[in-house]
Amino acid sequence: MISIQGKGVSIGVAIGPLYYYRRVKSTIRRYEVEDKDAEWARFKEAQQKAIEQLGVLAEKAREEAGDEAALLFETHQLMAEDMEYEEAIEEAIKGSGLNAEAAVTDTAAQFADMFAAMDDAYFQARAADVKDVSDRIISVLTGAVSGGIDSPVPVILAADDLAPSETVQLDKGKILGFVTEGGSGSSHTAILARTMGIPAIIGVGDKLKAEYEGREVIIDGSNGNIVVDADEPTRERYEQKLEEQKKNRALLEELKGLSNETKDGQSIRVYCNIGSPDDVPAVLSNDGGGIGLFRSEFLYLNCDDYPSEDYQFEAYKKVLSDMEGKEVIIRTLDIGADKQIDYFDLPKEENPALGNRALRICLNRPEIFHTQIRALYRASAYGKLGIMFPMVTSVWEVKEARKMCDRVKEELDKEGIPYSDDVELGIMIETPAAAVMSDRLAKEVDFFSCGTNDLTQYTLACDRQNADLGRFFNPHHPAVLRLLKMVCDNAHKHGTWVGICGELGADLELTETFLSIGIDELSVSPRSVLPLRKKIRETNVADCKERLIADLLSDEITI
Amino acid sequence: MKEFSYTITDPVGIHARPAGILVKEIKKYSSVVTVIKGEKSVNALKLMALMGMGIKQGDTVKVTVEGADEETAAAEIEAFFKANL
Repeated sequence: MISIQGKGVSIGVAIGPLYYYRRVKSTIRRYEVEDKDAEWARFKEAQQKAIEQLGVLAEKAREEAGDEAALLFETHQLMAEDMEYEEAIEEAIKGSGLNAEAAVTDTAAQFADMFAAMDDAYFQARAADVKDVSDRIISVLTGAVSGGIDSPVPVILAADDLAPSETVQLDKGKILGFVTEGGSGSSHTAILARTMGIPAIIGVGDKLKAEYEGREVIIDGSNGNIVVDADEPTRERYEQKLEEQKKNRALLEELKGLSNETKDGQSIRVYCNIGSPDDVPAVLSNDGGGIGLFRSEFLYLNCDDYPSEDYQFEAYKKVLSDMEGKEVIIRTLDIGADKQIDYFDLPKEENPALGNRALRICLNRPEIFHTQIRALYRASAYGKLGIMFPMVTSVWEVKEARKMCDRVKEELDKEGIPYSDDVELGIMIETPAAAVMSDRLAKEVDFFSCGTNDLTQYTLACDRQNADLGRFFNPHHPAVLRLLKMVCDNAHKHGTWVGICGELGADLELTETFLSIGIDELSVSPRSVLPLRKKIRETNVADCKERLIADLLSDEITI
Repeated sequence: MKEFSYTITDPVGIHARPAGILVKEIKKYSSVVTVIKGEKSVNALKLMALMGMGIKQGDTVKVTVEGADEETAAAEIEAFFKANL
């Protein structure tokens, strides 16, 4: 039995086989090999494997659609063992001493060029066949798997860390929990795990070894414990915990359909954060009152080029109609910083967190913004929509964003396309500037939503991706909480409502504080809705309000 | 050596799929089959090279067959061209 300690970032217990994420590398490694014959043998083996895979696909196609459909894969098989193709690869490996991945890549490019140079569109398109066949061989060589997981049973997924573009493609039905080497509590893996309601442990470093692959692992997200090959008593203990977890869920089920009202009658809305239309069932099954944050980035991360207006419209429309009239707040594009997308072609920055990101990109490149705002307004006809702009620091930015909304509405009027005229507009409060200017900003918008992850990062000048800064990154810091109170007070003077959509919203230690300062809405991962409701219903604001606010404003704070 | 000429009638020419079946057909024989178009000639077992010739509808190709089974092979392959290309 091996025990490993990491940092738990999403609670729960899971037991299952450990599986390492198979990464599809966009750039392959290129190096000179010492043993050319061994490298050649490695290529031959991968080539055979690829041909076998194609054979399986051909048979499957034959069963489903007949001989004609199978022929494409059989042709690909022939291409994979084509003499000239193979000879060119052999020359690159045995002659130039290149590694097999690079040899296949170069040869594929050579043949693709030949086809692409032909004067017939049909033949030009064959360049794609060569690439397809070569990619398959390279995938075998590198051990990559599309979707990252190739296992018949659900697994505990291990990785160094997962990029947003990788998490969106994961086969989520196959994951019992996450373990990552790096990362932080605000990383995408952590957020995904909380949304899915499964445990996650991060920051295990090199303690988790590749040789544990396939062995049974127990992870406990509440304390960051990882056990490989547990002995019988340990296993029993965790199975018991798993059982309790299920019972607890059942208890929470009883809270479904009840109000989010404190003992003394103060109500607060509890909404959900989601990252794709696939998360809507989780919102409904956990009794979320609406969607307080729909991250629209997934649309951009899922595409190889800017997603079209129609494509976006369909996704927004689906969420709005699936939510059956409950409010859905969609945040406009929030990329940059830790979320990069190749086709945006953004220059590398020294300080991406302080750089060209989110609304800044939208205002600098209005054509991208225009497409999204049009898609949003068109979708507004199908439900109750709120649009939220991220990363605001100044009043003029909000005015410019509103101008885009007005322009789009005018266009839709002219084109006779329907949209809702009660779309709420709001901004994220995630920079200290926005918090400080909230009295002024409140006049411009219908709502504020406090993004506490970034607000903490910017207020405390503390990188949330940096695992070493853990104890400095304190979202309970009075500087952050005082800002939240200030934002609430300013907003309410102008009839603007205030929500929290950062991870802090689900922090039960702060629920009483949030109720006391008058937060109107908390947007949390679907799984957190019912525990939060339980806490709200147990709270008596009158009992704690005075004390908590005095604590918050006390000049004796020692942090 | 046996040889025959054939004018392609398939609207897209010797593209991937027919080239694929052609290679499969030729593999049945021990003879070396060469496809010649103008000054270019390729061993018909080389799928990519064959596709690389860009043979289109209306192009006339010469096919040579040389080897122990050339008699049957040439006849069968010519029939194959007529049926598929």
